[in-house]
Amino acid sequence: MNSLSAISSSGDWLPVVFIGLMGLAVLAYAILDGYDLGVGILLPMGEQDEWQRDTMIASIGPFWDANETWLVLAIGLLLIAFPAAHSLILMHLYIPVAIMLIGLIMRGVAFDFRAKAAVDHKLAWDRTFKIGSLVTTLTQGYMLGQYVMGFDQSLPALLFCGISALGVTAAYSYIGAAWLVLKTESSLQTRAVRWTRAAGRASLVGVVAVCLINPLVNPGVFDRWFTFPLVMFVLLIPTLCFLGFVANDILLRRLPKEADRHCGVPFAIVVGIFTLCFSGLGFSFFPDIVPGQLSIWEAASARESLQFILVGAVVVVPMILMYTAFSYRVFRGKATDLHYH
Amino acid sequence: MLDTLMLSRIQFATNISFHILFPTITIALCWILFFFKLRFDLTGNPVWMRAYRFWVKIFALTFALGVVSGITMSFQFGTNWPGYMEKVGNIAGPLLGYEVLTAFFLEATFLGIMLFGIKRVPSRVHTFSALVVAIGTTLSAFWILALNSWMQTPAGYEIRDGVVHATNWLQVIFNPSFPYRLVHMLLASGLTAAFFVAGLSAYRILKGDEKQAPRLALKTGLILAAVLAPLQAFVGDLHGLNTFEHQPQKIAAMEGVWETEQGAPLLLFAIPDEETRSNHLAVGIPKLASLILTHHSDGEIRGLNTFEGDHPPVKPLFFGFRIMVGMGLLMMAIAWVGCYLLRKPQVPRTFLKVLVAMTFSGWVATLAGWYVTEVGRQPWLVTGILTTADAVTPVAPANVGLSLTLYLIVYVILMWAYIHTLKRMALKSVYVEEFETNEPAPDGSLTNLPESKIAGGTR
Repeated sequence: MNSLSAISSSGDWLPVVFIGLMGLAVLAYAILDGYDLGVGILLPMGEQDEWQRDTMIASIGPFWDANETWLVLAIGLLLIAFPAAHSLILMHLYIPVAIMLIGLIMRGVAFDFRAKAAVDHKLAWDRTFKIGSLVTTLTQGYMLGQYVMGFDQSLPALLFCGISALGVTAAYSYIGAAWLVLKTESSLQTRAVRWTRAAGRASLVGVVAVCLINPLVNPGVFDRWFTFPLVMFVLLIPTLCFLGFVANDILLRRLPKEADRHCGVPFAIVVGIFTLCFSGLGFSFFPDIVPGQLSIWEAASARESLQFILVGAVVVVPMILMYTAFSYRVFRGKATDLHYH
Repeated sequence: MLDTLMLSRIQFATNISFHILFPTITIALCWILFFFKLRFDLTGNPVWMRAYRFWVKIFALTFALGVVSGITMSFQFGTNWPGYMEKVGNIAGPLLGYEVLTAFFLEATFLGIMLFGIKRVPSRVHTFSALVVAIGTTLSAFWILALNSWMQTPAGYEIRDGVVHATNWLQVIFNPSFPYRLVHMLLASGLTAAFFVAGLSAYRILKGDEKQAPRLALKTGLILAAVLAPLQAFVGDLHGLNTFEHQPQKIAAMEGVWETEQGAPLLLFAIPDEETRSNHLAVGIPKLASLILTHHSDGEIRGLNTFEGDHPPVKPLFFGFRIMVGMGLLMMAIAWVGCYLLRKPQVPRTFLKVLVAMTFSGWVATLAGWYVTEVGRQPWLVTGILTTADAVTPVAPANVGLSLTLYLIVYVILMWAYIHTLKRMALKSVYVEEFETNEPAPDGSLTNLPESKIAGGTR
């Protein structure tokens, strides 16, 4: 495989470690902030839905801030390890990044304002939360599309970006809804099961569309995937992914079960699907950090800087994972009303 | 017409100015919260818990604004200042990385437990979470100020192939201006939070709040401010001496010294004029500037004439510095008067009104100080290594103009909502919440309502 030979020939494994770390951060972000963005998108806006909104937001309350930090880590690692790629990508995505940031700002503050503002403003902040979440996911999907398309602004490319924007939004709704199946009870849980099924089907359409178009427009990607005998092995990824979608759909038809059995399974399956899709994407482009333009070795920053941060990362990342696990343990079980104390 | 450079500078200044308002409060407010909660754990006096409960809500709101406005910052380098990362990314990247790794995750995760976990973890673990969040916010200040100070006074590096490489990380982090700037900023945060707490508590009392908690918070704020203000004057002076040593052109602009001078006066007021390179309407105390900066009444201060073409604009530094110092002195005076008045059974209403007016005084002083130090670095982005003009993005001005407009609209709305919500929360706490005018018994109920014994923990 040419990427492996590239590693051995350059003799420099640090950029590989950092692309791995960055991949971990992006995946953690997509899963973790994914579910809280999804919850935001799904927020029902009817007048009688207020208690459901409260519970839904309570289910993400203790986590959203740390979830968003994975985005800061991912962009930080890009900046630290691959400064040239950081500049290139963010310059191309100047306006969508600005819009996404405004979406993130709006939803972040709405979360706090809704609990503290006057009662008559609460609905307005709930709307802000929903719209902010939607703006964030749409722009993220658009940016993913642009990234895959090599920042092409032609009409077909933009069309692909549109599909990608909707696909990412559907995927976030999918994981958000599955999170709610896990964290809520009674009528809200029933509703969440319905949402999960619908969002799952929409995500499947999105994933299939992206999987078909990506190799067709990127010849490199096509060669990477459809080279015998590797094809037999790597096709496991889409196969497993597809099975995941189907199994989840069948399971969801039977939920909620007695004594709330299996309420966490849909979320686990969606996490699996996210991981598979992400590995597929990574497999398509590795070792390029900007597809077709820049490899991780060309973009990497100086060795002594990477070593300095790696020492910290090796010590600190396990600690982060540990106290994150602790936090999820503290807040395990069904979401209840939020009380600030 | 504004070009991309000027628009990008305005946008960065807008973003960072808006952002810094919130951490300036939360860094110290979290230590105050930890103090409240610890006092509750140690004494069992529920008034501490009530003070904690009110202020933790304010903290959560302020923290959220800090987080979201901070995420914007992490993208700014790439979107608007690609030259910065290309040139000094090897230094800036790891320092920012350590901030994310050691501070952001820590504070964000334990904030969840601090805000929502009191029923789910033992009280001591909860207090510990507050401590961890406080440590996290302070660590965050540590790393970001290390980077900022390095940009002011770079050390521990070499330039290879036109790119900066680190040679000694300890020298990079503990560069000459870092210890002074860090302590100066942490004290600024302490003062800002102290006046913020005192101001909002005074507002509650003025609106007829009879409870103990706001009085306790008022006292905490005033005493804290009275202690920190003179410390800040002392540290500020040391910071100034350090700047005089490493960035004399900044001091010359701050003091309005156009020509090298021995026995320079301390100008209380003047209007510096870049055209004529002189001051109008100068009112000063003879020899005092030399005395402060060199500890000799006839000491020499290098004038702007020795830095011609390579010194920052004079007016913003000259006035910014006077606003910061003036506000600092005012804060010190008010804090001391306040501590004197605390001995009376009731703090006079007039003084409470003064405190309400001073609620955001720390913001004014902090922003003025930051404008002095950041504008004072110009025309350099990284002193002696990279100019601001060389780092800017090639993106079209229209794009920067659009993003700047969007940010400005959002920030105005958010600032309005923030202040409005603070007011609402203060008013709500006056009329709703628990009623306790008498000092409650240490083992009594928390709220004087049924089902809320301390033993039950927690509401």
